[in-house]
Amino acid sequence: MNNDYGLFINYEYCTGCHTCEVACKKVHDLPEGQYGIVLCEDGPRKNINGKWELTYMPLPTHLCDFCADRVKEGRLPSCVHHCQSGIMVYDTLENLAKLAKDHPRSVIFNTQE
Amino acid sequence: MELFEKKFDPELYKTDFHWKEGDYDVYRSCHWSAPGCHDSCGLLLYVKDGKLERVEGDPNQPYNRGRLCMRCLNLPEACNELWDRLKYPVKRAGERGENKWERISWDEAYDIIVDNVKRIQKEWGPEAICGMIGTGRNVCWQNPLICYAGFGSPNMSFGFLSGDCCMVPRTSLAFCVCGDLPVVDASQFNEERWDHPEYKYPDVVLIWGNDVIKSNGDGFLGHWIVDMMTQNGTKLIVVDPDLTWLASRAEVWIQPRPGVDSAIALAMTNLIIQEDLYDHDFVDKWCYGFDELKERVKDWTCEKAAEIAWCDAEDIRKAARLFAAAKPGALQWGLTTDMRVNGISEAHCLMSLNAICGNVDAAGGNYLAREVYNMNLAYLCGYFENLDVDIRAKRLGNDISPMHQFGLSSTAASDVVLQAIECGEPYPVKMLWFQGCNSIANMAAEAPRVYDAIKKTEFNVVVDYCITPTAVACADVVLPCAMSPERNQLRTWWTPLRQSTRVVEYYESKTDEQIILELGSRLNPSAWCDDKGNPLKTDIDLLNVRLKEGGVPEDFAGLQQMVYDWPDQPYRRYEDGKLRPDGNPGFNTPTGMIELYCTTLEAFGNDPLPHYEEPPESPISTPKRFEEYPIVLTTGHRSFEFFHSEHRNQTTMREFHPNPRVRIHPETAAKYGIEDGQWVWIENQRGRCRQIAWVTEAMKPDCASAEHGWWFPETEGAEPNLFGVFDSNINNLTSMMVVGETGYGAPYKGLLCKIYPCTEENSKVMPSEQVTRLGGWDYDRVEKLAMGGYKYE
Repeated sequence: MNNDYGLFINYEYCTGCHTCEVACKKVHDLPEGQYGIVLCEDGPRKNINGKWELTYMPLPTHLCDFCADRVKEGRLPSCVHHCQSGIMVYDTLENLAKLAKDHPRSVIFNTQE
Repeated sequence: MELFEKKFDPELYKTDFHWKEGDYDVYRSCHWSAPGCHDSCGLLLYVKDGKLERVEGDPNQPYNRGRLCMRCLNLPEACNELWDRLKYPVKRAGERGENKWERISWDEAYDIIVDNVKRIQKEWGPEAICGMIGTGRNVCWQNPLICYAGFGSPNMSFGFLSGDCCMVPRTSLAFCVCGDLPVVDASQFNEERWDHPEYKYPDVVLIWGNDVIKSNGDGFLGHWIVDMMTQNGTKLIVVDPDLTWLASRAEVWIQPRPGVDSAIALAMTNLIIQEDLYDHDFVDKWCYGFDELKERVKDWTCEKAAEIAWCDAEDIRKAARLFAAAKPGALQWGLTTDMRVNGISEAHCLMSLNAICGNVDAAGGNYLAREVYNMNLAYLCGYFENLDVDIRAKRLGNDISPMHQFGLSSTAASDVVLQAIECGEPYPVKMLWFQGCNSIANMAAEAPRVYDAIKKTEFNVVVDYCITPTAVACADVVLPCAMSPERNQLRTWWTPLRQSTRVVEYYESKTDEQIILELGSRLNPSAWCDDKGNPLKTDIDLLNVRLKEGGVPEDFAGLQQMVYDWPDQPYRRYEDGKLRPDGNPGFNTPTGMIELYCTTLEAFGNDPLPHYEEPPESPISTPKRFEEYPIVLTTGHRSFEFFHSEHRNQTTMREFHPNPRVRIHPETAAKYGIEDGQWVWIENQRGRCRQIAWVTEAMKPDCASAEHGWWFPETEGAEPNLFGVFDSNINNLTSMMVVGETGYGAPYKGLLCKIYPCTEENSKVMPSEQVTRLGGWDYDRVEKLAMGGYKYE
């Protein structure tokens, strides 16, 4: 794995559709109860400012290898390829840091050992 | 432009139809059914040693641009590892309900069916045979065609969906008011998609009662709404009793009591007129009856609507102003509008609201969607060509209302089919052909009553990929159908024209096209020939007939090489005569305008203007019942994991969603001693079912939202359990026969119920046993069809 790479997620637009979780399970052939990325949910809760909080965030687990085999072949990590909202980016940490600047409610995951 | 461009390697993701990649054959295809879906996304099928090993989203299909949902990603499991997938045709070995089957050959299966069809045709007439279909399956022309050109019957019906309340009410109303069906324009009508030079993103999308990112209704990929948000900053208004993710991101969220949305639509329309926010130019040129509409809605203040709908008047005002200011705005409507007795009028309210804001047939507004190449791969496929006027007149429900009588219905009316089975009026129905339809698990209202009915008919066939509860209950023969990657098929709903190709096979399963062709050719050979009178031999021959009929330039082999065919679809077709058969400018209505005052409804003797009607069972209509059943219930809460009653037999989908859930607010839960995660009984005077309480602040207090489509294929199939089909079946609580004045629309959303925790004591007899062994529940059935204004008590 190239150690300079990471996974960026603009979670403001994550709809919680489970595509990343299933894309990952299928490509890594993970059995029931095993995940390379897990969808976390916060809310629904009415905030003190009157707005609603309902936020989804996919969290890569220790099984995530950024789809090293796929990336070597020239493919995107399967979650990035299939993400229905198109809010995941796999790139160098340097580029992702720049991207994060322009996109509020985003995170960068560096899952390497 | 996408928010973040996905960079796909063109060496790996080719634009060819087929290529080799190591040990794999790779095909570019699209998914449709089975399993069912309202979409048809582009797929790459990776096949090795005759087995579908992997699926990826096709980056070169502009419809979905590489993305896929969890259900398509699980297609290899659906094909190869589905629980108890049916491998061979079978016939019933024991009694109906015993779930005992004997393997037979296709020839024997066809012989049994042909013998019974001929016998019933002779004894009762061909109209005694009725086809049964489920939504979003690619049997929407195959099932009708075998009915019309095989059985000689005019009866193809929606599987006991009361009031035929899935898209058809909205479609029929939309045809009366503007001649076409409006669907949100997410640039899906042109291949350039968002980059099409004339395309404009909507400023605002008004999402009315549907969680479109899960439901994808009307051939619309729900995440296109998210694209609009990320690519353009499109704002949302959401009307929903439940906080969907889209509602959480909306500028305005209106949270109504289920079933009363038309009150809100009338108030919004009134405010837009009173504050002079409507599109004068469009209204003057293209709308008929504006003054009458203005007069009709004038008393509908936001306060009045808010009082009826238990919501905030200020939210309605904000929504109306925001929507009227949008240039363009778009209306994302859906099934909810159909699922009420006044569905037709609610659709009219929404059509009018959208029309006076000038959004119809505008880029980024609501496009008037037609099947690609104006093809006819839908419920009327072969209807006029194969049935003479006398037999067409016998279609069940044709005489119940002028809307049915004058050709705005395309199916036999579900409630009338039930009546025909139950009491032989207007004539008996003796055979049911279920193709892509699992009635008692899914759409049949008052499911225990429908269960009784389907057990009564003389001969029934189910075509499906597994033994369903419907098959156990009533089938005499079950035919195994192919999954999508095992099937040559067409998708014409709406654009582009797409193909899917049989790249793998599964034991003796056949495609729906093969089945109807082989059976049809035995029953009525002359109807299954090409235009030169030569018998059609293969499924592809049959598809080529359809393509030729539609004037499509290529045949199926040609389409495979193209993968898809996306003819240009122009905007503002009403300006230059592209909507009307006579070529005159205008909409395809008697006045050529969008009829706010609808002359067709007037001629039918229906209210020509939109109006409000309280649901037949509600806190206001039935206050005494409300004392006993104090929770307003809506049904059919959607999930990413399932398409209606499908996907319950896929390990991965059940891993994510093991059990049915009913959503209730914490205050409501506390009132009735309910804890999150606990099994609860949902009950009204017709029956009860159990689901798991999902206690969430998102749900409107004093209301509940339950899931539909549940059966438990992991449990015993034989009665009394019957795959547990009645245990969690929310249609134990719904009604047949109580429909709108046109015969369309039924109250699946907006009922009354009570909810209480399950205990050992109150769970001794499960509903499946109650229904299959103990005669169901005692209650007053509405025996005969009641159209409009039915009053309980």
